[in-house]
Amino acid sequence: MSALEPTKLVRPRASRDWSAADPGTAKSVAAALRRADFGDRLRSLALAAPLLVLLALSFGIPIVLLLSRAVYDPTIADALPQTSQALRGWNGTGLPDDAAFLALAADLRSNQAKGTAYELAKSLNARLPGARSQVLKTVRQLEAADRPPLEVMKAVPFWSAPGTWPVIESGTHSVTSFYLLSALDLRWNADGGIERVPPEQAIFVQVFMRTFFVAAAVTLATLILGFPLAYLIASVPKGLAAILIVAVLLPFWTSILVRTAAWTVLLQKFGLVNDLLLWLGVADDRLDLMYSRIGLIIAMTHIQLPFTLLPIYSVMRTIQPSQMKAAYSLGAKPFTAFRRVYLPQVFPGVMAGCLLTFILCLGYYITPALIGGASDQLISNFIASYVNVELNWEMAAALSFILLVFTLALFGIFARILGLDRLKLV
Amino acid sequence: MKITKARLFAFAAATAFITMGNAAFADELSIMASGGAWQDAQRKAWFEPFSKETGIKIVEQEYLGDLGKVKAMVDTGNVPIDLVTVETATVLQGCDAGILERLDYSKIAPREKFIEGSALDCGVGLDAYGDVLAYDPNVLKEAPASVLDIFDTTKFPGKRAMRKFPAQNLEWALMADGVAAADVYEVLATPEGVNRAFKKLDTIKQDIVWWDAGAQPPQLLASKEVVMTTAWNGRIQNAIDKDGAPFKIVWNNQILEYDMIAIPKGAKNPDLAYKYLAYISQPEINAKLASYITYGPVRIDAASFVAPDALPKLPNAPDHMTAYLVADTEFWGDYGEDLVKRFNAWLAQ
Repeated sequence: MSALEPTKLVRPRASRDWSAADPGTAKSVAAALRRADFGDRLRSLALAAPLLVLLALSFGIPIVLLLSRAVYDPTIADALPQTSQALRGWNGTGLPDDAAFLALAADLRSNQAKGTAYELAKSLNARLPGARSQVLKTVRQLEAADRPPLEVMKAVPFWSAPGTWPVIESGTHSVTSFYLLSALDLRWNADGGIERVPPEQAIFVQVFMRTFFVAAAVTLATLILGFPLAYLIASVPKGLAAILIVAVLLPFWTSILVRTAAWTVLLQKFGLVNDLLLWLGVADDRLDLMYSRIGLIIAMTHIQLPFTLLPIYSVMRTIQPSQMKAAYSLGAKPFTAFRRVYLPQVFPGVMAGCLLTFILCLGYYITPALIGGASDQLISNFIASYVNVELNWEMAAALSFILLVFTLALFGIFARILGLDRLKLV
Repeated sequence: MKITKARLFAFAAATAFITMGNAAFADELSIMASGGAWQDAQRKAWFEPFSKETGIKIVEQEYLGDLGKVKAMVDTGNVPIDLVTVETATVLQGCDAGILERLDYSKIAPREKFIEGSALDCGVGLDAYGDVLAYDPNVLKEAPASVLDIFDTTKFPGKRAMRKFPAQNLEWALMADGVAAADVYEVLATPEGVNRAFKKLDTIKQDIVWWDAGAQPPQLLASKEVVMTTAWNGRIQNAIDKDGAPFKIVWNNQILEYDMIAIPKGAKNPDLAYKYLAYISQPEINAKLASYITYGPVRIDAASFVAPDALPKLPNAPDHMTAYLVADTEFWGDYGEDLVKRFNAWLAQ
């Protein structure tokens, strides 16, 4: 590939004056350089390999596996092989032929024999409320075997109801869009189009909006509080700055649960904040700060403040005070100097701090659960409830997937506007 | 006599330990319960006497009653617990999802000896508790006559607390709207019935503070955050008896439920687990819990063994059984997930 053998090369990095050589050699030197760099990179990659493997095993693969549940749910397809076969020719409207009923009866019986009837019932119930008891009832009647299976199936009205068979049919496909659509308050309608769910069942779009609103409000609040504080810390003498930094960091080192519980004590109806407000005469009556949006934002702002402040502070520290003086000496008014000399330099720190806080806020769980009211629950609370209480991990995966996509998109936009290398994190 | 017996056990345990090597692990029974005053009561009534009698060490764990934790254990094949306490609706769910073992009642006690609905395929009843109304008479001058008075904001103004869960609240809403207790679940199975229940809840939505954990209602009453709250009767009675709280319980229109215990699939010591289940399902042992927390026994023949001073505080004491509803677990198995979603959507509106 090259005239210059790699062995003859005296470590390209050491000999930087190759540019003087003729173009052909320069090109091959550049190639050799790349190759040598590649070797270097390979070596550093090898050093980082244990970490990368650990990340892949403990982070990457589980996330992919869990998120894949949002679109891959083979429970019904696995449980109803004969029905899948029988429904292949069905046009999706009206009732399928008797063969499909018989296939379903056979599948139900084989599920009962394998002990998977309950799992099937639960999985169908997630898509069609009320299906659980109907499946179990039918299974019991089929087992009694005192009538031909077709008669049993036709005698249970559920199996001849209009909505039942389309759900079964959609369940026989292992790859499903059901959960992702549900996570956006959408569903397939009878004509094969996508429509909004009825308003009394629509919930997730609202919760996503609420999550973004709370995250934005908290980000703004931390910026308003954090920017002047960071400026103060950056401009006072070293000793005082150290004390202030510790004051900021002290709560940062406390567990988030403890801080949230502390806010519960402060914010409750007969708590310190209400006592103070009443004593000062600011409020005439005790305010409902607990279980409210405002209480949630106060507590989250307190917890997030260091995340916004520290990147800003780390940038401010590097700005020489002499630059502002130079601006004044050139005739700039204080605000102009601030806007045109100071702000552009701290901007990457501000963006980094805000981005960090905003993204962390999107995943808040404990604080909304303890301090927020019922209408202040964020998307993480719903994900947790689907994982822990409903045991519907498919739905949890779908919600997580959408949250992840939003977060990555947001991060991408920031990175695009600002350039990743300019983001200054602490 | 007793000492000799205990010594014998100790000796036997010691020998087993020496000869079998890992017998110390084999003779450990790991139980996960939902903590608080209820777990303390189980420890005194059942865990400690059982250990004393059999030499089997009980290792306790706590959780919030969320079956997701158990599912994760079963799915990954690493089940460090042998028994887990669960709510009735959760038993059904866990049974369906295949994460709880189907019980062999021949190793426990005859199934017909349990109150109806308290011996299920995957879970056996521990106690009966009531979803009741509690209030502080120092705050409310007039006593509520029924749980349904929680819907009366003109007579009882102020914040009231309810469990952040559709079960019980929807039943009470329908009853407050005039549906007879016997028809509640039939009405609730129809879309119109669900709408009707939510419409009734709408009338007090602005005044509701929601609770998640059983320990919260007494705290909410004590901090005067609310004037009345729905609660599990034992938690309130515990605050009255142990902390001297001035609370009162309203039993009229209570909803009766059962606490259950189950074996997770893949538990390492099923034999020990069955031994424990058989132990606590004896009528005289089953009745002992009532001495430590005011939850009633589930064995039909256990009533006569309940300590006389505990009896009047139990949810299934005759005085409290004038107007009540027994929670329908089959109904919640069918419609639970859908109603939870609808409930959450309603909360968010």
